[in-house]
Amino acid sequence: MTSAVSFQHVSRHFGPVRAVDDVVLDIAPGEFFAMLGPSGSGKTTCLRLVAGFEQPTSGHIEIFGETAEGLPPYRRNVNTVFQDYALFPHMNILDNVAYGLMVKGMPRRTRETKARDALDLVELKGFEARRPSQLSGGQRQRVALARALVNEPKVLLLDEPLGALDLKLREQMQVELKTLQRNLGITFVFVTHDQSEALSMADRVAIFNNGKIVQVGAPKDIYERPRTRFVADFVGSSNVLPPDFTQRTGGPGKWVSLRPEKITIAAGGMKPGSHAVEATVTSVHYQGAVTRVNTEAAGQAIAVSAPSSFGAVNIGDIVTLQWPADAFHAMEDEA
Amino acid sequence: MTDTAAGTVHDRHGGLLRRISDTLFRHPHLLLTLLIAPPLLWLGIVYLGSLLALLAQSFFSIDEFSGMVKREFTLSTYAELLNLANVDVILRSLVMAVAVTLAAALIAFPIAYYAARYARGRWKAFFYLAVMLPLWSSYLVRVYAWKLILAKEGIITWLADKLYITWALDAILALPVIGGPSLSISYIGTFLVFLYVWLPYMILPTQAALERVPANLLEASADLGAVPRQTFWTVIFPLALPGLIAGSIFTFSLTLGDYIIPQIVGTSTYFLGQAVYTLQGTAGNIPLAAAFTVVPIVIMGIYLSIAKRMGAFDAL
Repeated sequence: MTSAVSFQHVSRHFGPVRAVDDVVLDIAPGEFFAMLGPSGSGKTTCLRLVAGFEQPTSGHIEIFGETAEGLPPYRRNVNTVFQDYALFPHMNILDNVAYGLMVKGMPRRTRETKARDALDLVELKGFEARRPSQLSGGQRQRVALARALVNEPKVLLLDEPLGALDLKLREQMQVELKTLQRNLGITFVFVTHDQSEALSMADRVAIFNNGKIVQVGAPKDIYERPRTRFVADFVGSSNVLPPDFTQRTGGPGKWVSLRPEKITIAAGGMKPGSHAVEATVTSVHYQGAVTRVNTEAAGQAIAVSAPSSFGAVNIGDIVTLQWPADAFHAMEDEA
Repeated sequence: MTDTAAGTVHDRHGGLLRRISDTLFRHPHLLLTLLIAPPLLWLGIVYLGSLLALLAQSFFSIDEFSGMVKREFTLSTYAELLNLANVDVILRSLVMAVAVTLAAALIAFPIAYYAARYARGRWKAFFYLAVMLPLWSSYLVRVYAWKLILAKEGIITWLADKLYITWALDAILALPVIGGPSLSISYIGTFLVFLYVWLPYMILPTQAALERVPANLLEASADLGAVPRQTFWTVIFPLALPGLIAGSIFTFSLTLGDYIIPQIVGTSTYFLGQAVYTLQGTAGNIPLAAAFTVVPIVIMGIYLSIAKRMGAFDAL
């Protein structure tokens, strides 16, 4: 099957900076694909390479089997939802949404009908005559989405589209985006630095660091089996433990990740047996259903996520931490 | 709990200045009033007042025998304005102002676009310097310099001769109405000097407007399928239009009102500014001079309302 987007050893250098460094990636048609990484990791540059705002320094990009090299953005059947929406301030909402159809020469009546349908899709009926400046952040975000979708792109690129929204709105938009994508069947490529957003929305996630892809996989794979220390650090609030520590507690003598929710906490000192340590409570954070307990064991910080019903611990308490034998996940030692 | 002695929480020390700033803090409107009162008085009374006094003069007339101003309401001065000779002056000034404005916009836009989009650091400093530097020298010096450049013995004639294109220069000078014996004694010369002198006033606001166009709007436009030409006309141009209009207000009104350039470079026919200058000076006809000054005000009013109706300020 042809990939929706195919990166074949793609690099993009800005002077000495390797913004994107030998990326190999295939995104399947109809997939909701997230590019996750810290700022400056190359994920946005990858998106811009697909959109056509950047050209690769070396390598090859295909969109649905057709080479994209040298094609300017306006010749690609790909649309972008920009981070700060980039709505045209001098046009009303209807003209903004109809813009792509207008420049392609579609007659006014047809394009306005389509634009109204697109606004309907993002639940913004009745806003046609307003200016972008009269809309809230969430509404602008929807306009940007409608403006891209009305062109029926083969691939929709989203550059941190929810970054400017507050938490509640962001969670609501996450659900709506996901539903929309499923109903439309368009390939979504979604760039974000928010790991929970990537994990909750995407079918597959690529983790970027220093211009390279560190790991690609389903959210569950990435969360439970991070390939490197970097992934474990970045993706979740996992405990990343060094080889000497794991060896002392019956582990493999490699870097491992240990999920806070796999650890059980018991009051009092050490009981005999491996896969357990004695630790001192350093702070306690009540979070509703769970309580996060930060502890320290032999100079190593270990976070525990325990059900709030487990009983009270206080700062300075000596506790025993225990985990199942298979809770350690060994990783490559790569920052 | 720590005990706090009464009066030690807030800082209540300070003398008169402190008390004044406290009062101003509590009454922000008082501060605003104090700040804008002097300029408001200046604009409102000294400037607008004298302008109105001048305009009022245009409704008086001059006694043809005594040469004294008759302080009675009349429209006869405006009727005089419509004399063929006076209409000629108005039309000549208007056509010149339009031509200078259009040419300035055409030349200024690419320069402003380059400066706003591409020039960085050192090049930007160079741009500002190149645009502003002429403004630092005396206006008269620049105009006289142009007179020499454009004169029959000037560098343009010399250059045309060296390049064997004297025939082209002659052809231009042979053009009816705008040509003349030499560039410095023709409307073309007046036009060129106006264009040179007012060009910075067109470049700077245009550049400021272009600078405010976010680059991602251009990317969004391309992303949505617009070829560069479409992006220019549907995104860049409308967003730069307020700057162009602001610049054109300068070039247009400055050309309409100037009385020195056409006197030094050009034919001996009058432009609006010269008419006003002569009428209120040697001719002593203050009412007609006042009526002449009303003309550019009315023209600017019409121009701005047309611009507004065409949506030139929608992007503001």
